[in-house]
Amino acid sequence: MTAAVELRGITKKFGDVIAVDNVDLTIQDGEFFSLLGPSGCGKTTTLRMIAGLEFPTEGSLSIFGEEVGTLAPNKRSVNTVFQNYALFPHLTVLDNVGFGLKMQGVAKKETKERSMEMIELVQLAGLETRKPSQMSGGQQQRVALARALVNQPKVLLLDEPLGALDLKLRQEMQLELKKLQRDVGISFVFVTHDQEEALTMSDRIAVMHEGKLLQVASPEEIYESPANRFVADFIGRTNLLDGTTSDNETVVLSNGTSIRAQNTFPEGTKVSISIRPERTEITQRSEPSDSLSSIQGTVETITYLGNARVYGVKFTWLSIEVREENRPDLEVFNVGDDVTVHWEHDAISVVKD
Amino acid sequence: MSNAVEPRGLSKIGLQINGWLVYLFFYAPIVLLVIFSFSDSRNVGKWGGFTLGWYEQFIDSSNARNALENSIKIAIVVTIISVILGTMSALALERFTFKGKRVFDALLYLPIIIPDVTMAVMLLLFFGEFFEILDNLFGLQLRKGFWSISISHIAFNISFVSVVVRARLAGMSRDLEEAAVDLYASRWKAFRHVTFPQILPGIAGGALLAMTLSLDDVVITQFVAGPGWTTLPVYVFGLIRKGVTPLINSISVIMLVSSMLLVGLSLLAERTRRGG
Amino acid sequence: MRKRKHTDHVVEVATPEFEKAAQKKESRRGLLMALPSYLYLILFFVIPLGIVLIYSFATRNRFGGTDLSGWNLESYERIAEPIVRTILFRSLWLAILTTVICLVIAYPFAYYLSTRKPTIRNVMLVFVMIPFWTNFLVRNYAWRVILGNDGPFTKVTEFFGLGTHELLFSQKAVVLGLVYGYLPFMILPLYAAIERIDGQLLEASRDLYGNGWQSFKNVLLPLSMPGVIAGSILVFVPSLGAYVTPEILGGAKTTLLGSYIVTQFLTARNWPFGAALSFVLMAVMLLMTIIYFRKGGRTL
Repeated sequence: MTAAVELRGITKKFGDVIAVDNVDLTIQDGEFFSLLGPSGCGKTTTLRMIAGLEFPTEGSLSIFGEEVGTLAPNKRSVNTVFQNYALFPHLTVLDNVGFGLKMQGVAKKETKERSMEMIELVQLAGLETRKPSQMSGGQQQRVALARALVNQPKVLLLDEPLGALDLKLRQEMQLELKKLQRDVGISFVFVTHDQEEALTMSDRIAVMHEGKLLQVASPEEIYESPANRFVADFIGRTNLLDGTTSDNETVVLSNGTSIRAQNTFPEGTKVSISIRPERTEITQRSEPSDSLSSIQGTVETITYLGNARVYGVKFTWLSIEVREENRPDLEVFNVGDDVTVHWEHDAISVVKD
Repeated sequence: MSNAVEPRGLSKIGLQINGWLVYLFFYAPIVLLVIFSFSDSRNVGKWGGFTLGWYEQFIDSSNARNALENSIKIAIVVTIISVILGTMSALALERFTFKGKRVFDALLYLPIIIPDVTMAVMLLLFFGEFFEILDNLFGLQLRKGFWSISISHIAFNISFVSVVVRARLAGMSRDLEEAAVDLYASRWKAFRHVTFPQILPGIAGGALLAMTLSLDDVVITQFVAGPGWTTLPVYVFGLIRKGVTPLINSISVIMLVSSMLLVGLSLLAERTRRGG
Repeated sequence: MRKRKHTDHVVEVATPEFEKAAQKKESRRGLLMALPSYLYLILFFVIPLGIVLIYSFATRNRFGGTDLSGWNLESYERIAEPIVRTILFRSLWLAILTTVICLVIAYPFAYYLSTRKPTIRNVMLVFVMIPFWTNFLVRNYAWRVILGNDGPFTKVTEFFGLGTHELLFSQKAVVLGLVYGYLPFMILPLYAAIERIDGQLLEASRDLYGNGWQSFKNVLLPLSMPGVIAGSILVFVPSLGAYVTPEILGGAKTTLLGSYIVTQFLTARNWPFGAALSFVLMAVMLLMTIIYFRKGGRTL
């Protein structure tokens, strides 16, 4: 595999604020890559640097092996789908899509043919004479995609492109985008703050926080073995219990309870164990259980989700979330029931701050 | 106020009456002026039968025609230069940071705030001194007239144009320009194909304002106009002060109609642009 | 597919120095765009302003010319003279009166406007804009025709048996002309401010047992204050410096500051005194504008 985009020691400062802090990152050709993090984490700045809309303060940035760090955006063979689409309001759909080709000096006839092809590809045939203001959000989104892809960029950059759409349309577009990416075969770099979206769509995800890169890995790996407490907390829902390692098999929680938890940290390291709500089971307290992989408590809250129930189980010193599928063979509990929450030992991951 | 509270009862009637009175107040004088410009009476405010005589008199008056010609020439030059300079200032202020930006921003507001009379005095003294210096240095004998008036009008119109264009630029998302350069446009092409069409209504509005203000100005022009070289408003103002005659009625109506025509055209342009 | 020339030359790796140089270049570009107007305003605005300041400290000579020597404060001291003071206070009073009248007429009008349906509202707005764009001199002249000898105004008063009323060449006529001239300046910012207010706030006020007056006083007025301030300044400032209106509609007993300054230059030929007066006038305007911006006003 070849590296489509490579960042080496990239830092971006705005005055005294460090937006992106010494980031090393390689994005492979043909992968769907997400930059994920809360707002202000530096993900959009990173994307803008790849696009050329921002120059790094320091570091090397290359696209297919060529240094482009300080190259003007109009000289880079990457294109961007902007957050609010940034469609040109005074131009028709056809002229919006053909804009990039026109600027490159492609002949008028060819520009029109290629634009029409692309408009068909994004299923907007027949709407090419409309103005952006006469289209729905979803349609505008497609125009923005067509406008970028018609230039056959080496990498497509997408800045929270689905943020403005409602839930149902967003889910549809997620699938469509993923399919489109497979069809065109180039790498997509996708910025989002929505972890679910990133998990659904990406081949790999980079989690960013306060300008730093915390973890770059596949969705499974990020979910199952988060690199640190922030990642564990940010991706999906989880229960984080603070404790100290006593050996590579056991973590002692802050109240003294020992939990079996495999880890590679030296003895006495302050850690948190992360237990995903859906990897736990809840049973009557009377049933026998392995004390190293369970805790006993009382049901405090129940949230009914339709396809599942989330129990808030209260222990002496903390509460924990337990998610149970809504299946007829699973017992339903009530508030106040004495229960045991237990889990398989591989349901746990141990993370440092 | 999209879902405003509909006023009720007495207050509603009061508001309605006030509304009609405001329009009556705005338009009655204008309508009366138009009527009296066709009146065959030496008294400017008396009806004496229909005549076109006062308009004929206007056409026959070479002074009035000259003044009108001067006004138009000046308005055209002033509009072109003010629009270019004002638009450049607006772009610099909205899209760049540079040394002295704050001072420039404040300076640009001054000609709007400053009273006409003060500005007139400033320019009167300035041209006096300026021409004297040119005379002493190069033996140039310049007279006040076309250029002194144009320069003065531009001095306040740059600010008005820049305010109008800036408002438009501020409402335009910078994403659009970024999208253009991302799509292989050079900065100039991004301006030409994206920014410029977007701010064009603002530029047109600024141009209309500049032209109107130039055609309207009395005070400043009066101070910087040379002997025998004057604009239509200054000419009319002079006539009024000497004593009102029905000729002034007809000239006034011509000025009135032309400024309304200008506004009408711009509104029409706005509408067709939006529709197309 | 056309091959794009990716790079013609080696692209530099980003460094803080490069970033700084790029920012500097960008800043130069901005300055370059501002420069023509900047220089223009310095030459034809700042320098003239400086000349006025210099003249205000100069001496008037016996021939009506100005000696740029013997610097003194006499011109400023003259402002305290009774006749000048009278003119100053009269101008101030008429400007305030004009502003208040405009406000009283425009506020209910702007409110009414904002309660109309969008289509009707746009038409109504256009008819406010038209006088705004029409020649100011002509609009003042129209009143001269109406108020003149044996004109329509007299006809109306006679018809109602009020006898002949001489309004022309009085302070009342000047205020009338000023209100007529500047009313759109009050309506437009007021409308803009009221239109922005969420109508639900007024409904909430009614819902919370506020009557019409209370809703106005406690909700509508405070929320539309920026418009009130903007409109008042837009009317007050030109009224204070008015010259055309008092010349056309006023008489000898209604000399205002604007006309008085002009007289110093065109007839009395006391340029230092005229310069001092115009400088003071400008200072008042600037002060008011600064207060406006301090109070958080944005639109001019």
